[in-house]
Amino acid sequence: MSTLVFLEHHDGELQKDSLGVLGKATQLGGKVSALIAGSGVEALAQQAGRFGAGKVYIADDPALEAPLPQPRVDVAADLVRRQGFETVLFAATVLTADVAAALSARLDAGLNWDLVDLVQEDGKLVGKRPALDDTVYVDVGWKNEPKLALIRTGTFEPVETGGEAEVEKVDVQLEDFSTRATMIEQAHEESEGPSIEDADVIVAGGRGLGGPDNFALVEELAKALGGAVAATRAVVDAGWYPYAAQVGQTGKTVSPRLYIAVGISGAIQHKVGMQASNVVVAINKDPNAPIFEYADLGVVGDLHEIVPKLTELVRQRKAA
Amino acid sequence: MKPSEFPPPFDVSEAIAPPTDPEDERIEVGVAIVGAGPAGLACAIRLGQLLEGAPAVAERLGEVPVAVIEKGKQPGSHLLSGAVVNPRALQRLFAGRKRIDELPLYGPVEQESVYFLTRNRAVRIPTPPTMKNHGNRVASLSELGRWLADQAEEAGAMILPETAATKLLVDHGRVHGIRTGDKGRGRNGQELPNFEPGSDVVARITVLAEGTQGHLTGAAIERFGLVGENPQVWALGVKEVWRVAKPLRRVIHTMGWPLRAGAKYREFGGSFIYPMGDDMLTLGMVVGLDYRDVELSVHDLLQELKMHRLVRNLLVDGERIAWGAKTIPEGGFLSLPKRLHAPGLLLAGDGPGFVNVPALKGIHYAIESGALAAEAAFAALQRGEAVGRRGALAPYDEAVKQSFVWRDLEQVRNMRQAFGRGFWLGGALAGAMTASRGKFPPGDARTEPDAEQELIRTDRARSYPAPDGKLTFDKLSSVFLSGNKTRDDAPSHIRVRTEVPPELAELWARMCPAQVYEPEDGRVEVTASNCVQCGAITAKGGRLTPPEGGSGPEYTLT
Amino acid sequence: MKIAVCAKVVPEQARRIDPETKRLDRSGEPTLNPFDANAVEEALRLKGDDADAEVVLVSLGPERSLDALRKALAMGADRVVLVSDDAAAGSDLVASSYALARALEREQSELVLFGQQANDSDGAVMWAAVADRLRRPLISQVAELTVSSGAVRGKRQTEFGYDVIEAPLPAVVAVSDAINEPRYPSLKGIMGAKKKPQETVSLGDLGVEAERAGEGGSRTEVYAIGDPPPRGETQRIEDDGSGAEKIVEFLLERKVI
Repeated sequence: MSTLVFLEHHDGELQKDSLGVLGKATQLGGKVSALIAGSGVEALAQQAGRFGAGKVYIADDPALEAPLPQPRVDVAADLVRRQGFETVLFAATVLTADVAAALSARLDAGLNWDLVDLVQEDGKLVGKRPALDDTVYVDVGWKNEPKLALIRTGTFEPVETGGEAEVEKVDVQLEDFSTRATMIEQAHEESEGPSIEDADVIVAGGRGLGGPDNFALVEELAKALGGAVAATRAVVDAGWYPYAAQVGQTGKTVSPRLYIAVGISGAIQHKVGMQASNVVVAINKDPNAPIFEYADLGVVGDLHEIVPKLTELVRQRKAA
Repeated sequence: MKPSEFPPPFDVSEAIAPPTDPEDERIEVGVAIVGAGPAGLACAIRLGQLLEGAPAVAERLGEVPVAVIEKGKQPGSHLLSGAVVNPRALQRLFAGRKRIDELPLYGPVEQESVYFLTRNRAVRIPTPPTMKNHGNRVASLSELGRWLADQAEEAGAMILPETAATKLLVDHGRVHGIRTGDKGRGRNGQELPNFEPGSDVVARITVLAEGTQGHLTGAAIERFGLVGENPQVWALGVKEVWRVAKPLRRVIHTMGWPLRAGAKYREFGGSFIYPMGDDMLTLGMVVGLDYRDVELSVHDLLQELKMHRLVRNLLVDGERIAWGAKTIPEGGFLSLPKRLHAPGLLLAGDGPGFVNVPALKGIHYAIESGALAAEAAFAALQRGEAVGRRGALAPYDEAVKQSFVWRDLEQVRNMRQAFGRGFWLGGALAGAMTASRGKFPPGDARTEPDAEQELIRTDRARSYPAPDGKLTFDKLSSVFLSGNKTRDDAPSHIRVRTEVPPELAELWARMCPAQVYEPEDGRVEVTASNCVQCGAITAKGGRLTPPEGGSGPEYTLT
Repeated sequence: MKIAVCAKVVPEQARRIDPETKRLDRSGEPTLNPFDANAVEEALRLKGDDADAEVVLVSLGPERSLDALRKALAMGADRVVLVSDDAAAGSDLVASSYALARALEREQSELVLFGQQANDSDGAVMWAAVADRLRRPLISQVAELTVSSGAVRGKRQTEFGYDVIEAPLPAVVAVSDAINEPRYPSLKGIMGAKKKPQETVSLGDLGVEAERAGEGGSRTEVYAIGDPPPRGETQRIEDDGSGAEKIVEFLLERKVI
C-alpha cells in the first residue's frame, strides 16, 4: 500500500494533527510518503522523517507561501498522478478540507471526511466516522483509487520513530485559475484566545456558579489551559455571560478535546451542544445532576474550592 | 389563597386594534382563517369545495380567496390530542371525494376497557355509555392536521405557517381581519437587525379557529359581548407516544389512581391509552385545572401512572418517541359563547369550546363547526351582501344549533360540573344524566373559573417517581423531545405577575409541564423559551399570548 | 450582477439513518439547510436594490424540495433551479459536485455562494469540489464579504484568526454562519414566492452522463451503521480536598494536557 500524507505547517512548524495522521499511516503499513507545500519549507522535511515518513516530497515555491488551498490541489494532483498513491490522508483543517474536496473532484476520487479511525478489514480500507451529532457510527469505504480521507482533529497522536526520510523536490506547475485568489492580509494569532468553536479546550460555567462574578473562576481556569469560556442557556438568560458563549441546543455546538463543566446540571438541551467532546469533566455539588451520567470524570464537590486549586495546579505544570 | 388574586398584566384591548398599515401595504385575502387545526382546515377545505362550483364568487375574493394562518412551524406542529375520532364529520366533509380508508386514521376501535385504578390494582368497570367508541378511529391529530393541510392546499387555500395572529382588526364595530406578529425582536422588545414587522391581513370574513385558549377568540368574545352563561374551564392533558414490542389491541381508559376522589381535591380526570397501529401506542393523563393542590403536576402523574402494573406491562421493551401537552376546554355547553358570530367574524372549534367531556370528543365537532362556518361564509358571500352587516353571519349560529354538535353537547351539559362534587357523587350524577339523556337532574350547573379555587397543600410530590430516563422522564428532556427550539432571546410571551407568594410560584412550577416557572426567593423566574404553549397558565392566574411565529413545539405524532 | 446560491434541502431534525438503504432517513419534513440561509441572505444583501441583479437558487434533490426552496424565494431570491432526477439518488461528493457544476455552468453567474456546511452530512466540502470543476478562484469560511470593481474580498475564519483574501470575479465563495443573521420572510414575500419562476431540470438536461450520477457515479460507499463505542466508564469521585489533584491525574492519563 502506498500512502501520501499531506502535512500542514504554520509558523515554521509541522502541525501536530498532521504528524498524528502520519503516524497512523505508518501503523497501517506500506510505503508512507509526505507532501509539504509552501515557501522555504525544505527544513521541515527531516521532521516529517522522524515522525514516520519514508519519503518527503517538497513543493517549494513563492506562489505557495500563502496558506491557500487551490495551488496545493495542483501540486497534490500532479504528484498523485505521477506516483500513483493508493491513499491520500489529511488532518482536517479549514485549509485541508478545501484541498481534499477539490482534489476529489480533480481526480474523480472518493473522499470520506470526519474520520476518527482507519482500519484494514477483509483487505479493504475502512474509515470510521461519527454522524448525526455523534449518535451513530458509520463504516465508510472507497470504490476506486486514490482513496482520500480527512481525519477529525485530535484523533491521532504523533509518534516519533526517529527515522530519516528521502527528500525529493517536486516541480510546481499551477493552473491559471489556482492563483487568482490572493492573500491580502494573513491571520495572526488572536490575542484573546480561541473562539469556542475552534477551541481545543473549553471550560463552561452554569447556574451552580451562583453569580456572574464567579465566572472569573471559569475564565482563570480557561486561561491556564489555553482554552475558551462557554456558558449554559440559564446563565446567559440571567445575563451572567454573553450569548456568544452559549453552548447547547439553541446556542453553539462544540467538540473540543476537553470540556470542563463547572456548576452545570447537564440537561439535554445543554448536552446536545457538547456531547461530541472528547473528554468531559464535570464539577457539581449535586450528586444527582444529569451531567454525571455522561461525564468521563465527575467530581462531586464545591467548585469554589476545586476550580481555583485546579487552576493553580495547571499553571504549575505549565511553568515546569 | 387563590391564583385569581394575582391577575396577569394583560388587557384584551391589547389584542384588538384597527388596521394601521397604509392601505396599499395591507395584505388582502377573501376569507382569513386563524389556526390550521381540524376546525380551520375543515373550513378551508369546505370553502374550497364550494368555491370550485362558484367561480364568480371565487373571483370576487381576489388573488387569495382562502388563507389559513398558523403560528406553528407547519400544520400539525401545535396539534395534540388523544385521540379517538368519531369519523362522521370527516365523512361528511369528504363525501364523494375520499373513502374512510383513505383518511390518515388508525384502525377502528374493536375492543375497549375502562378501569378503576388503585395503586396496586386495576378493576375493570363497564364502559360508561358516554364513552363507547364503537365505529370510531384512533388518530394522531398532528398527522391528521398535516394531511388536512395538504387537502386544503389542493382545494385552493394558501397556508401561511410560522405566522402568529396577534391582533383582531376591528373598526367601526366590525372585524376586518387580523394583524400578524412581529419577528426578530429581542428579549426586551427591541428590534434586532433582522426585525420584520407584522402585517395587517384584511379579509371579507375572518374565521377564528385557534383552538383551546384562543388568543383572539377570547378577545373577540369580550369585545363583542359574547360571554356565555358560565366561565370557561380547562383540563390539562400531558401525553406520550411509545414504540412498543407488543401490539395493543384495545382502547383503554382509566379513572381513580393516581387522582384522588375526595371533593376537597377537585381532581377530575383520568388517563387514556390508545393503540397506534401495531407498533406504537399513545398514553396520556388529563386533569381538570380546577385542582387545588399546589403540588399537583400532571406530567409527574403521567410518570407515576406508568409505574402501575397495568401500564408498565404495555410498555415493556418500548421506547418513548414523543411527548406533548395541551389544555382542553371543559366547560361544555354552558360555557359556549352567547353567539358564535359577530360582524365579519365566525368562531369555530375548541376556541368557543365544542368539547364533549364525558365522551372525550372534540375533533369531530371542530371539523363540523369549521365546515358549517364555511357554508355560512360562502352563503353570505354568494348573496353578495355586506358581510360586515349585523346578522349577515347569523345563519352560522342557526346551522350549529341544528347540528349534532349542539344536540350532543346539550345532552351532557352538566356532567363535568357534577364531578366538582367528587368522584363518587359525580359518577352517580353522571349516570343519572346519561340514563335520562340530560333531563335529570334538571337545571344548569354553575362553574367557577379554575383560578378561583382556593389552594391547598398536601404531600403529593413525595410519590412522584425520580426520572430514570427509560420509563419515566423529567420535564426538560420531554420539552426537548417535543422539538421545541424556541429562540432564547425572544421576548417573553407569557404574562404573569412575577412578584407572587411562594405558594403560587410553586403551583405554577408544578403545573407547567415544560418547566417554564421556577420559584426563586419571593418571586417566580419565567423561562419562556421552554413553553410548549399548552395554555395551562391562562387557567391559573396568568395569560399565554402567541409568541413569535414558528416557535414552540414541533409535534408530529401527537 | 448574477449571483447563484447553492442550497441543499435537508430533512428537518435528521436524526436517523435508514438501516436498509444505509442512507439518511429523509422522511422528516424537508427544510432549507439552515446554513444555506446565510448564503441566501448574503446574496440578497449584495443584490440590495439593484433591479438588474439576480439571485438564483441552485439545488440538487428530489421534487418535493421545491416547497422548502420557496423559503429562499420568500426571503427575496428571484428564481429556483432544482436538479431533480431519480438517477441522482445516492450521489456522493464526486457525483453531486459534478451535477451541480453543470447546473451552475448553465447559469453563468459571476458569483457562486455556498453556506457553511450541510446539516445532515456535516460536510464542509462541496464548494471546493465545485470551484475546482468550474475552474474558478475560491474563498471559504467567509465571515465578511464585499464586492467591488469586479472583485470579491472576504474575511476568512481560520484556526489562527482571520485572513483577508481577494479574488477577481467570477468566483466561488463559501460563507460561515457568523456572516449574517438571515432575514425573516415578510408575509408578502411568502405569498409572492409561489409566483416566482421555479424550474426543474433533469440530469439529461444538463448533459450529465448516466454513469456519472447516483451510486454509479459515486466513489465512496457506506458499509455499515452502528452505535458509537460506549464513552467508557464514567468515573465518579467525591471531593475530599484532593479533587483538583485527581482531575489533573485524569487529564494527564487521557493525554488532554
